[in-house]
Amino acid sequence: MIPESEITTHAAKLQIRNVSKRFHSSNGITHALDNVSLDIREGEFVCLVGASGCGKSTLLNHIAGLEIPDEGSLQLDGVPFSGPDRTRMMLFQEHALFPWLNVIGNVLFALKLKPNLNDKERKEVARYYLHLVGLQDFANSNIHELSGGMRQRVALARALAPNPRILLMDEPFAALDTMTREQLYGDLQRIWQQRKITIVFVTHNLREAACLGDRIVLFRPRPGRIFREYPVNLPRPRDLNDPQIATVSGQITQDLKTIGKDSA
Amino acid sequence: MKSKAIIHLLVFHLILVVIWEIITRTGWVSPVLLPSPIDVAIYLFDSITSGEMLKAAWVTLKRLLFGYVIGIAVGLPLGLLCARLKCVQNTLGVLALGLQTLPSVCWVPLAILWFGQSEAALLFVVVMGTTWSILIAADNGVKNIPPLYLRAAYTMGSKNTHTWIYVIMPAAFPAIVSGMKQGWAFAWRSLMAAEIYVTIMSGFGLGQLLHYGRELQAMDQVLGVMAIVIAIGLLADMLLFSPAEKLLRSRWGLDKS
Repeated sequence: MIPESEITTHAAKLQIRNVSKRFHSSNGITHALDNVSLDIREGEFVCLVGASGCGKSTLLNHIAGLEIPDEGSLQLDGVPFSGPDRTRMMLFQEHALFPWLNVIGNVLFALKLKPNLNDKERKEVARYYLHLVGLQDFANSNIHELSGGMRQRVALARALAPNPRILLMDEPFAALDTMTREQLYGDLQRIWQQRKITIVFVTHNLREAACLGDRIVLFRPRPGRIFREYPVNLPRPRDLNDPQIATVSGQITQDLKTIGKDSA
Repeated sequence: MKSKAIIHLLVFHLILVVIWEIITRTGWVSPVLLPSPIDVAIYLFDSITSGEMLKAAWVTLKRLLFGYVIGIAVGLPLGLLCARLKCVQNTLGVLALGLQTLPSVCWVPLAILWFGQSEAALLFVVVMGTTWSILIAADNGVKNIPPLYLRAAYTMGSKNTHTWIYVIMPAAFPAIVSGMKQGWAFAWRSLMAAEIYVTIMSGFGLGQLLHYGRELQAMDQVLGVMAIVIAIGLLADMLLFSPAEKLLRSRWGLDKS
């Protein structure tokens, strides 16, 4: 039996308060994030968008705990955190799967670090998540034998397996072809609705953001700040080719152009 | 290997041996310089049945394995340390890079001076031939790990020793295998050179057998020993490295040779 606690989660509420981050490089100091504050509700699907260098990925890395802010604080349900933690799992643009492990070995990697489970339960949990992403028949495949879309599904199963309360996604579908991507939009929405997990999704694809997000947060670069937020109140599941989605993304595109003119 | 490939391989070598036999039969080359393959085969048969060859091969293999294992035991941890600590990288790393380019036979005069005509001298040369290439391979292997693997591992709760054992070491495995293979080749070469130079009472190895073949003008012995040296090299490749490379091909999906 799979322990119930391993497949149900309490989505977390995230508070980002006045976070600033500067990077020092040969070109001087870059203000990657300048006094950024953002509240994300439990179970909300938030998309962070903006031109490259606007700090959206940096903010995601802060939430993952891979970066520590110079100033400000991050809180999960009111509890400040720093450093990585299984309650906040990250999905990268490249699948980041370990080639020395097979599919189920990859999914088990994080589970093996989790106490209070025996090996049999870990295996069952891993199979459960492989099933959730539709790859139950590929448990013993090697990573290089899978297509790009399948690899990203395994990465999704691996990120979900430790049962995080927040899922962070850094342009996870950018390297995939259109067909595979649209299929994954559907799958991700289904999994998100089923599991009611909080998702923070970084992308530069505005239609993708409008298709997936409850709310879109537009960033502006140099220094990285939040420019504007857009709620998306469209029924789910959404289809990327829905004209209403184009309307939402069109509006953001206009604003993005304004930012471009301002900072040029 | 497919059966067709095996047939090609056998035919190719058969042709070479036939050409060799023809050359010696026609008398183009003096049998003192190049004995016929049949003479070499007779020598091999005699020396193997009398036990002389196997004894020499065993002495050599023991030295080789002993030196190789020490080389790995020293080179691998130092290589990992090199990848991890900048100060080790800037000191030992640079020294290792230099010493790795030094053909290990260059250590022989020093080894004889320091250790005399002894097992220790041979061991020293083998260790010097092995350690540096393994050190550098381990260092490079760890440094070339995609940072993404580490970031993914950290978010999954891996840290410190766990990261080393379950992420860094396996990620560096392909590089470490090719470093170990190179280290083996270097150890083998160094030992042969050292055995030809250094004659010691504690054991009569293949190198010494080859050396005395030359002294006695017994080219069948020289060629016979060379054949055995090649055979051991191939066997080691098959037993030690082929399984690892096969695993790399099937798991990683990359063709490392």
